[in-house]
Amino acid sequence: MMKFRFSRKQLCIPYALFLILFVVIPMLMILFYAFTGETADGGISFTLANFADFFTSAAKLSTLLMSFTIAIISTAICLLIAYPLAYVLARSGWKKRSVLLMIFIMPMWINFVLRITALRELLDLIGLLGTENYLNTIIGMVYDFLPFMILPLYTTLEKLDTSYLEAASDLGANKLTVFTRVTFPLSMPGVISGITMVFMPSMTNYVVSDTLSNFNITILGKLIDQYFTTYDNWHMGSMISIILLVIIFLTLLATGGFKEDKDNARGANLW
Amino acid sequence: MVKKILSVALCAAVLIFIYAPILLLVVYSFTDATVIGRWEGFSFGLYAQLFRSEEIMRILLNTVVLALAAAALSTVLGTAGAIGIFYSKKKVGAPLKGISQIPIINAEIVTAISLALLFSFVALYRTYFSLIIGHMVLCTPFVVLSVMPKLKQMDPNVYEAALDLGAGPTKALFKVVIPQTFSGILSGFMLSVTLSLDDYIVTAFTKPRTFDTISTYVYNAVKNGTNSSTPALRALSALIFVVMIAAVLVVNLSARKKKEASR
Repeated sequence: MMKFRFSRKQLCIPYALFLILFVVIPMLMILFYAFTGETADGGISFTLANFADFFTSAAKLSTLLMSFTIAIISTAICLLIAYPLAYVLARSGWKKRSVLLMIFIMPMWINFVLRITALRELLDLIGLLGTENYLNTIIGMVYDFLPFMILPLYTTLEKLDTSYLEAASDLGANKLTVFTRVTFPLSMPGVISGITMVFMPSMTNYVVSDTLSNFNITILGKLIDQYFTTYDNWHMGSMISIILLVIIFLTLLATGGFKEDKDNARGANLW
Repeated sequence: MVKKILSVALCAAVLIFIYAPILLLVVYSFTDATVIGRWEGFSFGLYAQLFRSEEIMRILLNTVVLALAAAALSTVLGTAGAIGIFYSKKKVGAPLKGISQIPIINAEIVTAISLALLFSFVALYRTYFSLIIGHMVLCTPFVVLSVMPKLKQMDPNVYEAALDLGAGPTKALFKVVIPQTFSGILSGFMLSVTLSLDDYIVTAFTKPRTFDTISTYVYNAVKNGTNSSTPALRALSALIFVVMIAAVLVVNLSARKKKEASR
């Protein structure tokens, strides 16, 4: 009888099985559901009807467009706030700057439903709740995802080799030129990483839009939820998910996010 | 000078934006007012209500037990997975790493419905099993991400030395590989706890109908308009804010001190 020999490689078997069972197969099931529908006699058949339905339904298309717009605006605002902030923190030369950074990204660790509910109370207090649904949703997205923009920007700006900046100014570049021609291009990996981490959740995290718009705004993530929980049409819900995945894929492709190492993802190195 | 003032102003503005809602909730957790904005005198009333509410205490316990269980299972699975992938041939390791990225990049709602489809197919939809698997899908890839860099930093000769000195592969694993990657394993565990505590969407799609975590309970309270009628939730939020901020500060500052000391 051959003796079973333990090797370190075999340790990946349980994880591989786990990934196949609970990641690969479920994703394939979405694909299957998206391109099938129930026939009149209760059977299941292949169909492109869900696809056609999505792109001919004015309501669904306007949801997509509105959701996309909210996500773009939220991402842009996050970038506009986070970039100067990360720049100031990273380049301050202050010894304890990493402690300061921690204070800014602390919300990452606190349950987001509770934070958004707290924001809701504040918006209610200043009279925005119930009147400015779109504004509130965008404020909420920025509030929730700002740390995910600050962190990668800070990481790249902090690592930035200052001798490049010195070289540029020695060669006669003024401060603005140094920034636009050297600092900013070198910080692009952080910008891209930040954008990919804010944009996608801004299109899908419906807890934010529900809580802050009193359930008046339907973003794409909410639409998927509704097809599963309210309309009970899992085929259409799966099709919208596929469309969402295509959008995620295209944004990653457009921003070059695939080249990013994902070590920064959701603050993977924070604890 | 102007630059410095602008920098400080920016930092202050962002800090106010981040902490104003949290501060508001903490302050108003010390009054009995049902609505925020009307101060009705200092009181611990809401905290008394909170600790007397069996429902909220049960939900708090649910949330913590789920997070610890999911994090523990994810840490074991993810650590083994990372070690396995690290020592596998690229042909095996690369696709596993790729698939491992899917739950990280994917929108949470898509992960959630994909699990709903799977578990309803095998008649395990909305069970404790689907709930814990859901959380493991969220957490395990991050454990792999945390452990992997520590494996790369490890000196491979130490493991070989252990084998040469007569340790079996299992013993060498537990005596060499695990201790050397322990900081990564620990941060993977902590990250998993945080991710699990933070989750709403996957929980909502995989939990048994009668089971609630803080996230689903608070969301439903807002949905049903009962949020303001249960001000005790305000005390709960305030408590969680303070505890989490303190925990993060203590863990990070002590880790930093250790790092500086070892330098």
